[in-house]
Amino acid sequence: MIWERDEKAILRLHKPEEEMEYILVTDVGSTTTKARLFQKIKGEWRYVLSGEAPTTVEAPYENVIMGVQNAIREVEELTGLKILSDEGKIIKPHYDGHGVDFYCTTSSAGGGLQMMVAGVIKTMTAESANRAALGAGAIVMDVIAVDDGRPDYEKIERIRHLRPDMILLAGGTDGGTTTLVMQIAELIAAANPRARLGADYKLPLVFAGNKAVRPAIKKLMGDKFALSIVDNIRPVLEIENTEPARRAIHELFMEHVMSHAPGYPELMTWTDLDILPTPAGEGMAMQLIAYIEKKNVLGVGLGGATTNVYSVFDGKFVRSVSANLGMSYSICNVMKEAGIKNIMRWIPFEIDEGDLVDILRNKMIRPTTIPHTLKSLVVEHAVAREALRLGLKHHKTIATRLKGAKRAQRMIGDILEYTLKETYIDMMKIDIIAGTGGLLSHAPRRVQSMLILTDGFQPEGVTKMYQDSVFMMPHLGVLSKAFPEIAWNIFDKDCLIRLGTIIAPAGTANQGEPVAKVRIELPEGEVFERDVTFGEIIRVPLAERTQAKAIISPTHDFDVGAGLGKTLETTIEGGVVGVVIDARGRPLVLPEDDEERRKTLVRWFESLDMYPEAFLKECKGE
Amino acid sequence: MGKKSVEKESAEEAYAYTPGLKVKREVTVSKTRLLPIPGEVLVKEGDIVDFDTIVARAEVPGKPNIVKASEILNVKPEDLPAFMVKKVGDEVKEGEIIAKYTPFWGLIKRFVKSPVDGVIESISDVTGRIVIREPPTPVEVKAYIPGKVTKVLPRRGVVIETHAAFVQGIFGIGGERHGELRIVVDSPDDVLTPDRIAPEHKGKIIVGGSLITLEAFKKAVELGVRGIIVGGVRGVDLTECLGYEIGVAITGHEDISLTLIITEGFGRMSMSRRTFNLLKEFEGYEAAINGATQIRAGVIRPEIIIPHEKHFSGREGEELSRGMRPGTLVRIIREPYFGKIGKVVSLPVHLQKIETESLVRVLEVQLDEGVVVVPRANVEIIEE
Repeated sequence: MIWERDEKAILRLHKPEEEMEYILVTDVGSTTTKARLFQKIKGEWRYVLSGEAPTTVEAPYENVIMGVQNAIREVEELTGLKILSDEGKIIKPHYDGHGVDFYCTTSSAGGGLQMMVAGVIKTMTAESANRAALGAGAIVMDVIAVDDGRPDYEKIERIRHLRPDMILLAGGTDGGTTTLVMQIAELIAAANPRARLGADYKLPLVFAGNKAVRPAIKKLMGDKFALSIVDNIRPVLEIENTEPARRAIHELFMEHVMSHAPGYPELMTWTDLDILPTPAGEGMAMQLIAYIEKKNVLGVGLGGATTNVYSVFDGKFVRSVSANLGMSYSICNVMKEAGIKNIMRWIPFEIDEGDLVDILRNKMIRPTTIPHTLKSLVVEHAVAREALRLGLKHHKTIATRLKGAKRAQRMIGDILEYTLKETYIDMMKIDIIAGTGGLLSHAPRRVQSMLILTDGFQPEGVTKMYQDSVFMMPHLGVLSKAFPEIAWNIFDKDCLIRLGTIIAPAGTANQGEPVAKVRIELPEGEVFERDVTFGEIIRVPLAERTQAKAIISPTHDFDVGAGLGKTLETTIEGGVVGVVIDARGRPLVLPEDDEERRKTLVRWFESLDMYPEAFLKECKGE
Repeated sequence: MGKKSVEKESAEEAYAYTPGLKVKREVTVSKTRLLPIPGEVLVKEGDIVDFDTIVARAEVPGKPNIVKASEILNVKPEDLPAFMVKKVGDEVKEGEIIAKYTPFWGLIKRFVKSPVDGVIESISDVTGRIVIREPPTPVEVKAYIPGKVTKVLPRRGVVIETHAAFVQGIFGIGGERHGELRIVVDSPDDVLTPDRIAPEHKGKIIVGGSLITLEAFKKAVELGVRGIIVGGVRGVDLTECLGYEIGVAITGHEDISLTLIITEGFGRMSMSRRTFNLLKEFEGYEAAINGATQIRAGVIRPEIIIPHEKHFSGREGEELSRGMRPGTLVRIIREPYFGKIGKVVSLPVHLQKIETESLVRVLEVQLDEGVVVVPRANVEIIEE
């Protein structure tokens, strides 16, 4: 048993699990609806193929069903399996070349689930509410708190103009402040925000704060909002209990939000499992990896519009979403936030800054175009590194220790001054990095995604690297709610590509100084042994699903996980790229001098066989 | 890539569809003009409206003001209702006393005055705060295009139709404006420099060629030009014009005095001849323009609407639902052939390896310099 299936989320089963043969899962994305067909072949569940079609949530169609049907029709054409009835509905259960046994879906069409969260103290209850909403797969439009630095009228203006799908209101420990919670509640009630999908229904609001104010909240908000009251998110300051809020968010998402989106009421009658927001599905897939491997995982979904970062660290799951960091629609926001110079530093050829700006702006206005030349591919890879860097930086502000714990007795004023603690994310303790998203999965050479993930996240010590083959993490995530074993089998066999292992000693030195002695005992008796010097990056082939023993002895200024200068003996796993020994130092610093920087990049790329040889020679001016 | 894509290819005919931007001499343009909240529609079906006719009006609820009353009176929140002079629903004026506390036979006097004109909305005995709602503010919706009201959407707005030429740009800034069209360059390849702009262009919409320089943009603002339509602009210049960098392409609400529409892209890009010739044909006409652009799902492109009463003979605006096929005219929208226009020669069925080493669906295009192979994702159809 991987994890208990979520019986509450399952709406119906058409057949006992052991008799099922076909499962269909879709993801209704903001631009594309993606269907994935799974089949039990010789007793084992496998991915069969995909069908894709444009999402039809917007005018002139305004009915999401059409996109789902079109994606399914593609699956029908490719398999010969007749899935849709003459009325255009999914035939269930499967019989004689007709229909499937189970259908479920995730959705992010029309902007996904957009929430506003509020709490009393920015770094305590509001922060917990933010984490709960993000973990439930929402895009958090704003976090309102008593101490967020904005005067009341400004908060009210903001709330009036946001048009969220839902509000999560937290605040106060059980038995703690009542007045401050009510102040925030009154602010929201006075602002009277309208729901995004129409003015004619009540905006859902989840209250997960001090239980003592529940009657007052009911009185104040019961008529104006579709109110749902759940257990306190911070019953005491030492505990964060996001699960009840997350569940309520998913229930209200189905009941109130989805039911007002065009075509969804019908789609809801088709699904055998509650519809999940796409990032919630993706997050479940990341948790599945951590759960199976019993490791700390850092995951990323690098999309066209947004970057989702997930971490499962010592069992704690956190998601962050950088809503405007992405590789197509949001490419210029990466440029804006990172600065053009930070993008240019990853480019190994000379390029005028203004020309680079125009290249990125043109990608923004024509987001579906793809790089045709190696130069434009390299430019996009440069942006990806910065999107990842910024996404992780943002994630670390969400993945923080609980603030205020053990200080419950102090006055609020003291707590306001309480200094922010650093994140608990320690790159040395991240065992696995998993990436998904168009740019990574379409990288012509897998080593490109491995280096992009490495440069963007800068893992330390020994880290395994995964990416998905075909985009289906949300599909498998939602499926894992009902059938965790089936989902994992498909995940393991057909979805996860093992890129390999990265060995990155943390520390810095001068160019050419010794960093570590690395010995890798490869299968069939072969041994790789080398004194690695600072500034080098080396690739050692080790096939997918093979293991090797590694003995890494860093010099006294470097650490690979056992401590400074301490030898680490471990088993490493291979992959389509193999093992990459990255002795470029942590933090990774590129040469200041432009020419020197370009030469260094070319040297690294040559060593890893990143891009075609002729192109790299051209970069060097040869 | 792999198995799935190959199978997909073989299951399809040589067929693809990439929508292009519309460039039409003659269409019926229909605009739905909606209020942000329900209100009153001021015109009726069949009415003839002009650019600036107000077609609908509504009142947006006023701002709520929160007054920390119990704090000011120095009483417990639960005692506040006892000290209120005004009750929920009462109208109040700025400076008017709404609550007072006078203990010790009036020796101590504390008052709460309304900070604004408005109505008392709530009095909280939990937080001790009073909410005063300011009077509603009116919002009006203009016709934006001259034409006929063809439908009234009760309390929400109207649909207006007009006979016009219609051109979509690729990106714009600035909102709805109207003005007379003036061509200020000789060819679509010309750069729009400051010397092309004169005081007589005040209030006009000027049409340039391949690029507008930063200096020209500044001069246009200075002289009160209402709109600029041009092939391209440099990204760095756009940032300089706005004073900030645009991160996500959702535009139309910039605080600038003119509307800028680019028809081709960023950098120097000759305006397509078809677009240029059409605009030239309607020089002197009054046009409505809107720079609003949204590139995410629910795409909005900037638009130029030129109402006219001309009727052209012959076929125009072949519908694109048939998709791309040999002979279709396309524009390449990415390096290395960015901006070039040619006819589709063929749409090979199998995936092909391009310079990046990616395996993608491609098409062959006939350009002046010969036949080139381009990813299908990198072209757009030009409507003939």
